[in-house]
Amino acid sequence: MKKRVKIEDISRRSSQLSTLAKEDFKPLPPPFDKPEATPDFAPLSPAAREKYEGSLDDTIAVSIPKPKSKEEEERLVAGFLSGLEKLFTKENNWTFLQPLLLSMEHCATCHTCSEACHIYEASGHNPIYRPAYRSEVFRRLYKKYVKSKGKLLQAWRDGEIELNWTTVARLAELAYRCNLCRRCAQTCPIGVDNGLIAHEIRKLFSQELGIAARELHDNGSVLQLKVGSSTGMNSLVVKDNIQFIDEEVSEKTGLSIQTPWDKAGADILLIHNAGEIMAWPMNPGAFAVIFEVAGLSWTMSSEIAGYDSINYGLWYDDAQFARVALKHAQAAKKLGVKKIVLGECGHAHKALTVIADRVLTGDLNIPRESSMVLLESLIASGRIKVDPSRNDFPVTLHDPCNLVRLMGVVEPQRRVLRRIAPRFREMEPHGVHNYCCGGGSGFAIMSGHNFADWRCQIAGRKKVEQILNAFKDELDPSIQKYVCAPCSNCKGQLRDLIAYYDLWEKHSIMYDGLVELIVNCMTDVKPGFIEWEQH
Amino acid sequence: MLDSTLLGLTYVSAGIFVAAVAARAVKIARLPVHLRWELYPVAHEKGRASYGGSYLEEVDWWTKPRHASLIGELKVMIPEILLLAGVWEHNRKHWLRSFPFHFGLYLLAGLVGLLLVGGLFTLAGLRISAEGGLLGAAVYHLTYLVGYAGLGLGLLGAAALLATRTFDPNYREYTKKGDYFNLAFFVATLVVALVAQALADPHFAVARAYFARLLTFNSSPADVRLASPGLLSGLEIAMASLLVAYIPLTHMSHFFTKWFMYHDIRWNDEPNLVGGKIEQEVAQALHYPVSWSAPHIRGDGTKTWVDVATADVNREEGK
Ligand code: SF4
Ligand code: SF4
Repeated sequence: MKKRVKIEDISRRSSQLSTLAKEDFKPLPPPFDKPEATPDFAPLSPAAREKYEGSLDDTIAVSIPKPKSKEEEERLVAGFLSGLEKLFTKENNWTFLQPLLLSMEHCATCHTCSEACHIYEASGHNPIYRPAYRSEVFRRLYKKYVKSKGKLLQAWRDGEIELNWTTVARLAELAYRCNLCRRCAQTCPIGVDNGLIAHEIRKLFSQELGIAARELHDNGSVLQLKVGSSTGMNSLVVKDNIQFIDEEVSEKTGLSIQTPWDKAGADILLIHNAGEIMAWPMNPGAFAVIFEVAGLSWTMSSEIAGYDSINYGLWYDDAQFARVALKHAQAAKKLGVKKIVLGECGHAHKALTVIADRVLTGDLNIPRESSMVLLESLIASGRIKVDPSRNDFPVTLHDPCNLVRLMGVVEPQRRVLRRIAPRFREMEPHGVHNYCCGGGSGFAIMSGHNFADWRCQIAGRKKVEQILNAFKDELDPSIQKYVCAPCSNCKGQLRDLIAYYDLWEKHSIMYDGLVELIVNCMTDVKPGFIEWEQH
Repeated sequence: MLDSTLLGLTYVSAGIFVAAVAARAVKIARLPVHLRWELYPVAHEKGRASYGGSYLEEVDWWTKPRHASLIGELKVMIPEILLLAGVWEHNRKHWLRSFPFHFGLYLLAGLVGLLLVGGLFTLAGLRISAEGGLLGAAVYHLTYLVGYAGLGLGLLGAAALLATRTFDPNYREYTKKGDYFNLAFFVATLVVALVAQALADPHFAVARAYFARLLTFNSSPADVRLASPGLLSGLEIAMASLLVAYIPLTHMSHFFTKWFMYHDIRWNDEPNLVGGKIEQEVAQALHYPVSWSAPHIRGDGTKTWVDVATADVNREEGK
C-alpha cells in the first residue's frame, strides 16, 4: 500500500522512501486485469541492498556504493553542491541554462502534468513518481544553496529541504525513474519541463561526480568512443557482420545485395544503431535491399562511431554527447557525402539532427535527414514497388518519442504504413501525444539488479495497455500481429515487454521495424521476408 | 498628506512592476544560446501544426523554404492565455479554481485600462456616467461590469485555490508558506476592494478620479481633486498598489515568462545554418571555459568546450 510522501521526506533516513506493490499498479486490460495474471515484481537481492544505495523504492538503476565513512558521505554531498553551482553557470551549462532556469523558477505546483506521465499513472499514482516531485526536490536545493544562499525568508518562500547523503543518493536514483519523454511538458500551462530537470540532474551527477548508469557511460558512450560502437564491435567485426547480413538478405530476397563501405563522394551516409546489426540484423539488411533496389548512391562508414548512430550522452552528459556527435559529423565529412541519413533509431535521430544542430558548426554541419522521410519518398515516387496484400495482417505503430514528440517526424511513416499495411490501425493516443514505451532515456538497455522488472511492470505498462487495446478484437493467437517500432531502443523494450507478458506465446504479438514491412511487400523481392518468431 | 502618500505609493509600485518585469525579461533574453529543445506540436509550423509535424518531414529539408505562421501561434496562444486551454484539457478540476482567478485578474487589468481611459476623458471634460453621452456611458457601464466581474471572479478563484492548498494533501504537500501568503494577499486585497467599491465607490467615480490625478501628478482641476478617496478606498488603493509591485518579484511572474518558455524553447526550431547568427553564437559558447570535475572531463577552468569535445576520451578517463 502506498503511503504519502512529502518533499522533505527525501532527506529523512529510512529503509525505503516508497515501496512498490503489484496490487497498486494500474490494472492492465484483459486478460491481464488481475494482479495474479502478471509476473511478480522480483525483489532486490539482499546483497544489492547491502552494497548499494537502494532506499528510494524497490529497485536500483545507478548502483551508488553505500558510504563506508562519514568522510565519504561528506565528499558526495560536497561534490553535489559544487556540481549544483556549476549547473547554473553559463560557462558550464550554456547548452541548457535558459530552459533550466525557466523551469526552476516558475512551477505553480498545479499538478496538471501528473496524469500525463505513464510512470506515475502505471505505478498507481505513487507520489515519488509524480513528474513534479523530483523537480520540486531539486528546485528547493537550487533555491537554498545556489540562488538565495542564507537569505532571510528563503525557506518560508521556497520550502524546506535538507541536504545530506540520503538526499543526494536518492535524487541520483530518482533521476533514473523518468524516461525523459517530455509528455508531461506538453501539458504544463506554464511551459515547465520536468523531463528537462531530470536530464539536468543526471548531467550534474555525471559531469561533476562521474556518477551515471554503467550501461550508458562505461559500457555506452565510453566504449563507443574507444572502439567505435557500444556493442563492442570494431570496424573489422562490423564489416564482417554486415557481409554476413548481405549474404543472408541476398538469399532471402533473391537479389544480390552488397553494402558499400567508405565510398567517398556517395550522396548518403547511412548510420544505423549498431544494436540492429547484432540483435535485428534483418533491419540493416532491409535498408540495404531498399537502397540498392532504389538505386541510391549510399555508403556506410567504418570510422569510429561512423557505423553506430547511438549517442547516449543525450540522456546524461553534454561532454560525451558532443564528442560522439563530432565523430558522426567527422565520419561524414571525411567521405564528402551530401547528407547523413539516420536508420531506425529515435534517439539517434534527435541527437544528431536536433540537439547536435547547435554543436556542429562550419563544414561539420552536414545535413541530416530521417530515414522515415527518405523511405516515404522512395515509395511515393514508385522507385520502390509494393504489393500491400503481402502485409495482410494487423499492424499498429509505436511512435518513438524522440522521433515524433521531440522532432516532429510524424506523418511520413504513417503514409508508408497506410500504403503498405492494409490492416494498419493506430494506438490511442498516438503521434505527438503517444506514450513512451518505457525504454526511453537508456532504460531499454538497463537491466541491472531487478531494474528490468521495474521497466516492464511500471515504465512499460502503459505501452502494453496500448498494444492490447490496439489489437483488442484480434487477440486470438491464431492471428499474427505486428507492432511496428521504427527505433532500436523501443524495439529492445518491446522485446522485453513481449517476453515479460508472454505476448507472443499467448497472443501472437510480434514487433519489428518499418523497413522489414516494406521489404516484405516489395514486388522485386521473394515473398516471406518477415519471419514470425519471438526474437 | 494622506493623498500624496497614496499617490506616491502607486507611482513607486508601478515603477517596481515595470522595472522588475524589464529586469527579468532582459536577464532571460541575455542568457546564452541553448541547444534546441523544441517540443511538438510547434504552433507556427504551417500546415503541420495540427498533427505536430515539423519541417524535418521534408526530403532535403535544408533546401526548402520554411513557412512559419503567426496565425498558427496566435491560435494556440490566445485560448491558452485567456481560457487556460491546457488546464481545461488536462486538469479540469483545477481549471474550475484557476480559470476564475486568472480571468478575474485579466478583467482587473482591463479595469485599470478603463479607469485610465475614464480618467483621461474626465480631464478632457467628458462626463463619465450613465447619462454621459455615448462614449461616457459606454466607459461608465463597461467599467462597472468589468470591475465587479473581475473583483468577484478573482476573489472566488483565489479563495478556491487557497482552500485547495489548505485542505487537499496533494496540493498541501507542495505548498510553501510563501504561497499561502501570496494567495491570502490576493484574497485580502480583493475582499477589501470589493467592500470598498460596493460601500464607498459603487460607480467607480472615486477610482476614476484617482487615476486622473495619477495622470496629472495631482495637478488636476479642483473638482477632480474633491473626489478624494476615503479611508476604505485609500486602503483598497494601497493594498492593490503593493500587490502590483509584489507579483513580478515572485514566481507569479510566469504571466510574462511564459512567452520565453514558448518562443525561446518549446517552439524554437530555428536551424543552425552555416554562416548564420546561431552559428556565431554557438561558436562563442563553445569557447566558454569548463570546470566540471568528473574524470572524463577534468575541466580546469581553462579548457574550453571545444577542448573537451575534441579530447581523447580514453586518456581523459585515465585508462
Ligand atoms: S510543471 Fe507545470 S503542470 Fe506540472 S505542476 Fe508545475 S506548473 Fe503545474
Ligand atoms: S518526462 Fe515522461 S517519464 Fe519523465 S516525468 Fe515527464 S512524463 Fe514522466
